[in-house]
Amino acid sequence: MPENNRVFSIKGQKQGDITLFLFGRIGLENFDALLREIQGFFSEYNPSHLTVDLEKVDYLDSTGALFLVRLEDEAKTRSVPFTIANVSDEGKQIMSLIDRRALTAPSLAAKERALNLLEQLGNETINVLKDIYEVILFGGEILYEIAFSIRHPRKIRWNDVISYMKKVGVDGLPIVALISFLLGLIMAFMSALQLKQFGANIYVASLVAVAMVRELGPIITAIIVAGRSGSAFAAEIGTMRVNEEVDALITMGFNPTRFLTIPKLLAAMFVVPILTGFSSFFAILGGMVVGVLGLSLTIFTYVQQTMNAIEMFDVVSGLIKSVVFAAFIAAIGCQRGFKVRGGAEAVGNATTSAVVSAIFLIVVIDSTFAIILHYIE
Amino acid sequence: MSTQEAVIKVEGLTVQYGDNIVLDNVSFEVYRGEIFVIAGGSGCGKSTLLKHIIGLDIPKAGNIFINGINTTNIDDDEMAKLRRGIGMLFQGSALFGSMTIGENVSLPLTEFTELTREAMQLIVKMKLGMVELSGYENHFPSELSGGMKKRAGIARAMVMEPAMLFLDEPSAGLDPITSAEMDILIKKINSGIGTTMVIVTHELETIFNVSNRIIMLDKDTKGIIAEGDPRALKEHSRDPKIRNFFNRQPDRKKN
Repeated sequence: MPENNRVFSIKGQKQGDITLFLFGRIGLENFDALLREIQGFFSEYNPSHLTVDLEKVDYLDSTGALFLVRLEDEAKTRSVPFTIANVSDEGKQIMSLIDRRALTAPSLAAKERALNLLEQLGNETINVLKDIYEVILFGGEILYEIAFSIRHPRKIRWNDVISYMKKVGVDGLPIVALISFLLGLIMAFMSALQLKQFGANIYVASLVAVAMVRELGPIITAIIVAGRSGSAFAAEIGTMRVNEEVDALITMGFNPTRFLTIPKLLAAMFVVPILTGFSSFFAILGGMVVGVLGLSLTIFTYVQQTMNAIEMFDVVSGLIKSVVFAAFIAAIGCQRGFKVRGGAEAVGNATTSAVVSAIFLIVVIDSTFAIILHYIE
Repeated sequence: MSTQEAVIKVEGLTVQYGDNIVLDNVSFEVYRGEIFVIAGGSGCGKSTLLKHIIGLDIPKAGNIFINGINTTNIDDDEMAKLRRGIGMLFQGSALFGSMTIGENVSLPLTEFTELTREAMQLIVKMKLGMVELSGYENHFPSELSGGMKKRAGIARAMVMEPAMLFLDEPSAGLDPITSAEMDILIKKINSGIGTTMVIVTHELETIFNVSNRIIMLDKDTKGIIAEGDPRALKEHSRDPKIRNFFNRQPDRKKN
């Protein structure tokens, strides 16, 4: 920027014929300063005629030209006659690029008005209801397709089922094992602090076993599967939607729900109970580490106490629960995938929504089971 | 038009990904104020070349000079400074979807200048007027057509008054009329502001409508097979590859 930020000098009498000499670089870098200067200039000098001399200007870009246009407009609104002198050919061309109408053209779209609280509440309510409706509709479709698949088991794409079983089950085992082991460890440790006071160390084994097999095993496994695989299902189908692959399937006469959802659903329903079993197993192992190292129980007594604590009813109800969790996780993942409209961003939203909805459903289903099991028992 | 002053100079550029050599010993110059087209068939390394010129990728060998500065061995800060003098229109426009068109265009101004809001709005309106998108500042990119998005991308690329503008496939995926309008816009900006333009394209229409000079890359030789005025090349070249390209002739040997 030139010294003193001044890029012009003024010649002439106040209220008289005034020439504005611009020099140096007239452009983006001093646009703001120039705009501010002309505000004061007109009120101070109040010229009867204004000439702008561009002879010494050695750089003019389109922002600089915009300044000249503004200067001219300002002069016009004050009905001051305006001329530009010594403008180069390049300068003329740049100025001709500036569309004066565009500078004052109103925006074609109003800036989005922020909704008030009541409108937001209403909008959200409608969205939630619509979502519930869509999920129920999709649920019905899946039930129909399952019935169809049971009647035509050869139409199921078993290769896909196997591949998804590997993705959901085998690949998910390490993280399920790790978290469950840690959970068992922590549970045993925390409860031991309390039970020690009554000399009831042995009940640490019962506590870990019953809690895991009945409740925590299925839930922890389901949450991990929702995060790992539910989101992956949504992303996979969502990407297929964006790439028009789903439309291609429909055009070729496939039923996309059957083609894409059923293998994932079956795979999840097969392997999640197995993962749940592993989850309980590793948690009990974690509890045993605390029991043996910290509470001086023997492995034999720990195992024996565990076996005594668990009933067949607990095991079976836990496994049934995990099958239902699996079905819902896979279904909601696919549904969120099918709902994708637009571009890559929508895929990201779908995966997030798949995980959140799946965890919500897990809690709802678990509560339902708690009530049902309470009456059966 | 061109005063023969080289603003971009590429010397012996070699690009290799793994074992795959994409460009082999490519050298050329771009002069101030001209419209320079990098042409060639699909997969010949046009976009790769452009990415190396603007410094998004580092070449295996060779030097690239922008305004006399070798960009292959300068630090990130200097490169960032250099890039502010460069505008780029990406193939998919690369407008930020979460921002309005106005916010997209004014983003560099908010980051790199200290202009007031009013001044920025004025500049945005001017630039949008220049690309004939007047009034669209509050629209979101998703509400615009492909051609409008590209024009908004040009407005954003030009907002910092760059002396050079890089356009990657400016007319790809546009209908013939929109594509012709894009050519007119490119010429208008070039002749009006004098911006140097480097365009990557394989659209013959665009090449003949706008370019002063072209280079043609080839997949087999991995280098430049032709350089010069496209009209002269079409008329006088004896190289069958060049003739086939300009006459839209498939290579008979392949079929």
